[in-house]
Amino acid sequence: MTDITTEKARIGAPSAQPFINGFTEEGESLSPLNAAESKAPLAGEAVKRHSHGGGVGIPDSSRAGRLTSYKLADFKPLTGMEEDWRFTPLKRLRGLHTEVLNGAAPSVSVTAPDSVTVETVGRDDRRIGSAAIPEDRVSANAWENFTEATVITVPAEVQVDGEVSVLLTGQGTEASAQHVVIVAEKFSKAVVVLDHQGTAVVSENIEIVVGDGAQLTVISLQEWNDDAVHASSQQAKLGRDAKFKHIVVSLGGDLVRVTPSARFTAPGAEVELFGLYFADAGQHLEQRLFVDHSVPNCKSNVLYKGALQGRNAHTVWVGDVLIRKEAEGTDTYEANRNLVLTDGARADSVPNLEIETGLIAGAGHASATGRFDDQHLFYLMARGIPEEVARRLVVRGFLNEIIQQIKVPAIEERLTDAVERELAATNH
Amino acid sequence: MSTLEIKDLHVSIDTEQGTKEILKGVSLTIRTGETHAIMGPNGSGKSTLASTIAGHPRYNVTSGTITLDGEDVLAMSVDERARAGLFLAMQYPVEVPGVSMTNFLRTAKTAIDGEAPKLRTWTKDVKAAMAQLRIDADFTQRNVNEGFSGGEKKRVEILQLELFKPKFAILDETDSGLDVDALKVVSEGVNRAHAEGNMGTLLITHYTRILRYIKPDFVHVFVDGQVVEEGGPELADRLEEEGYDRYATGAGAATIAAADAAAQA
Repeated sequence: MTDITTEKARIGAPSAQPFINGFTEEGESLSPLNAAESKAPLAGEAVKRHSHGGGVGIPDSSRAGRLTSYKLADFKPLTGMEEDWRFTPLKRLRGLHTEVLNGAAPSVSVTAPDSVTVETVGRDDRRIGSAAIPEDRVSANAWENFTEATVITVPAEVQVDGEVSVLLTGQGTEASAQHVVIVAEKFSKAVVVLDHQGTAVVSENIEIVVGDGAQLTVISLQEWNDDAVHASSQQAKLGRDAKFKHIVVSLGGDLVRVTPSARFTAPGAEVELFGLYFADAGQHLEQRLFVDHSVPNCKSNVLYKGALQGRNAHTVWVGDVLIRKEAEGTDTYEANRNLVLTDGARADSVPNLEIETGLIAGAGHASATGRFDDQHLFYLMARGIPEEVARRLVVRGFLNEIIQQIKVPAIEERLTDAVERELAATNH
Repeated sequence: MSTLEIKDLHVSIDTEQGTKEILKGVSLTIRTGETHAIMGPNGSGKSTLASTIAGHPRYNVTSGTITLDGEDVLAMSVDERARAGLFLAMQYPVEVPGVSMTNFLRTAKTAIDGEAPKLRTWTKDVKAAMAQLRIDADFTQRNVNEGFSGGEKKRVEILQLELFKPKFAILDETDSGLDVDALKVVSEGVNRAHAEGNMGTLLITHYTRILRYIKPDFVHVFVDGQVVEEGGPELADRLEEEGYDRYATGAGAATIAAADAAAQA
């Protein structure tokens, strides 16, 4: 693998010179994309002016200082210079950050065993807000505008056979708001698949409650049509000894921006965040995750893998992991791997690890972006493997590490086929 | 019995300064069972010859021919050459992300043989070949060459040589960067493949050291894109003592003949 950028760090590693221009060990300091219009050098400057999330003493650069609010008015209009929007082409959001989101939301169709409760509720339902609070303007806009929510409950101690399938079908290009709440009560066990299809312009809030001792897997598939625009905040709150596995798969859509987060409320919980994305020419696929270690003895493991091909295919991965002072005994690792298949594609990858206590079991992060180039191709072909087979071999192998985490055979098969189709599209 | 025949081969590359000719008329015939050593100083075009035979796109053949049992090798794509029975053990094997050794070896074997190997015997063959080359069993789970040391990469090249059973093996400086122990292991692998009697070998090397373990039938000395001297194994011994200094770069065979005459006088 020819590494374009490689960064690895473990606790105790001596601090190095900035590895990439404009980047410090804390992360990026200035957007290279929006540099032309940027005057304030640090994202923190912009955030500080209207920040009331962190309070006194929280450094501007800390994820802990990020503004959170249920009110849209608390978030200033976006300029593209904000730290969390600096990679996103705002013009292509099609109003998710500026319009009233009153278009028809994607239809929701849930297929689930009888043991699972599925309800459609109004804004005043007590479970709304039980796991999430918007962390950006687009999420807050959806929160302010959604009219009804789908609540899926796995009752206490119920072990669901098979998966709960939630099909969300886009209803067109009017900007809309969606809200889904998934509750896995204590000691329950379930797999929930959010299957996004069709054409939509939608900002979505997914709230996920993982009760004490519950084991929940949530798989979010974005196989939208080419013209879809999708912003999805997927926030999980974990109880004591809870196990949560989250898998994001983004393949289709013009702009897809998924922001998963996991918050621990009691010790002993474990979270695994996986992601797979495959960007074609012109596609913008963004993933920004946040793991908030605020209690002792929790574990987190993050692995996102992306492939890119074609002109102006753009992927963004930002992984924020925060280990707060109270979170002693934390064990965390996050990694992002990108495979650039053709010229003209761009992968941004930013692992951020903030550590406020030294009393931890382990913490690390890694990021590597490599390209599949003529040398790889020559090597494989020199062993008798035809070009197309060689290309498939590499990409399939690379992405399979994530696909095999899904463990729902029908979906694994479907995604393997989808990856094959993406690859076939490269034969231009 | 197969024959790999190279006739008056001229090869150039495109550089920023324009086209540069690297091979300036190379002729060479290798038959099954023969081992030919190609020796020469850095930049003499040895590796260019190896890469050209394998079909690396960087090298442009401007004139001359390469044939395998009469078939035009230059008309074949890279993968077709491999399937026709040519194998290049590379000087710098690349790391291939995302592809496990197991998957890679099986896919290549299937492509070369035109059918998938029988799973049970194949797994056994791979294990046995790896053990002989002192390659850890867990390498099969790792990605192709990823994180391998220089010596490990070379051993894995020879592993492929033993498993794919080519008609002709071209070893491009397989010995460079190896310590003596690794060199012995690698040489044994080549000798095993050779002993099966169905392979011809083109051994490209800068040093004579590997020729203590792999005995060449013929030695060709490359200087400035041409073969300037040819002989039997004794030529390698002489090179070991004298080095390449007597082949003044840019000089033709005539100069060397004159130098030889002077040395004998």
